[in-house]
Amino acid sequence: MFKLLEPNKIYKITSRAPRYILFLFIVVLSVGLVEALILSPADYKQSDAVRIMYVHVPAAWISLGIFSSLTLLSICGFIFKNKNFFLISKSLAPSGFVFNVIALVTGSIWGKPTWGTWWAWDARITSMLIMAIFYLMYLIVWRIYDKEEKVFKISTFITVIGIINIPIIKYSVDWWNTLHQPASINILSKSSIHSSMLYPLLIMTAAFALFSLLIFLMKYNTELIKIKNRGLDRL
Amino acid sequence: MYGRKVKLRFLFIVLILITLILSVFLILKALEENVVYFQSPTEIKLLSELNKNKIRVGGMVKKNSISINSNEVNFIITDYKNEINVSYTGAVPNLFEEEKGVVAEGFLKDRNFFSATKILAKHDENYMPPEVKEALGEK
Repeated sequence: MFKLLEPNKIYKITSRAPRYILFLFIVVLSVGLVEALILSPADYKQSDAVRIMYVHVPAAWISLGIFSSLTLLSICGFIFKNKNFFLISKSLAPSGFVFNVIALVTGSIWGKPTWGTWWAWDARITSMLIMAIFYLMYLIVWRIYDKEEKVFKISTFITVIGIINIPIIKYSVDWWNTLHQPASINILSKSSIHSSMLYPLLIMTAAFALFSLLIFLMKYNTELIKIKNRGLDRL
Repeated sequence: MYGRKVKLRFLFIVLILITLILSVFLILKALEENVVYFQSPTEIKLLSELNKNKIRVGGMVKKNSISINSNEVNFIITDYKNEINVSYTGAVPNLFEEEKGVVAEGFLKDRNFFSATKILAKHDENYMPPEVKEALGEK
C-alpha cells in the first residue's frame, strides 16, 4: 500500500502541482473575499463585525483539521516505521500553526467590540491556546534534535497528547458555560447561520484549505529534494 | 499480516491514548467549577456558602429590567428559572441589550444581589442579515 507513496514517484506530481494550486487559490480567495467583504449582508446585531468570522472560523477549522492529520500521520509513521508519513506531517504543521494563531488573533479583534474584552480565560479560548502551544512544541522538536529517530518518537508523542485537546476544543462550548458562542453550523440539525453568510464562509474555508495545500506542497518538495541531495533514493 | 513489533507499537499507542483520555477526563471533572466561565442564577441560588471571591454570573438580561441613572446601570440576569439583580457602574459594551446574553464579573452581596465590576456581552450563535431578523420578528 505504501509503495504508492514512494517519493521518487510522487515528486513528479508534487513538483508541478503548486503552480496550479496557486492559481486556484487566487481565484477562490478573490471570490471568497468579494463575497465575504462586499456581497454578504451585515449581521442584524453585530453589523459589519461579522465579517471577521469569514477569516476566524475557517482558520480555526483548518488548524483543527491539520492537527488531527498530524496525529494520524505520526501514529501511522510510528506504527509502520514509515519515514514518509513523518515528512508529510512535518510539512503540514507550519500552516496549521499559522491558522491557529490567525484564529486566536481575529477572535481577539472580534471580541473587543462584541464582548467588550480582548481575552477571556474561557474553555474554548484556552483550549485553542493550548493547541497553539502544542503546534509550537511540535515545530520546535524538529529543530532541536539531529537524530531523526528521536524526532519521530518525540513528535509522535506530542501529537498523541495534543489530540486529546481536539474534542475538548470542539465540545467545550457544549460541556461548560463559556463566553464563546456555541457552534452555528451543525451537520445533523439546522444551522443557525443564514445561507447568505454560510456560502462566503464555505468559500473562504476552501481558499484557506488550498493555501494550506500550497504551503504543504512547497515544504514537502523541499524535504524530498533534501533526501535526493543526500543521495538516499530509498526511504 | 503485520509483524509482532507493528502490533505492539499499535497497542502501545492505544494504551497511551486510553490513559491520557481517562486522566484528562478525571482532571476536568475535578476542576469543573473552575473550567466554567460563569455560573447561572440557578447555580448561584444553590450555592451552599457565599464566598467573597470574584465570580462571574451569566444569563439573559431580563426584558424591561435595565435602568440607567447617570453612570449606574441596574439590570436583572435571568436564566428563565431564577434571576439575580446586578448593579454596575461604568460603560457597557455595545451589544449589551435586553433579552440578550450577558456575563457580569464581580462580587456577590447575597443570593439576590450582585455587584459587577465588569460587564461582557455574550453573543449567541445566530447570524442573519437585518431583513431576515425583521421578517422573523413579524411572524
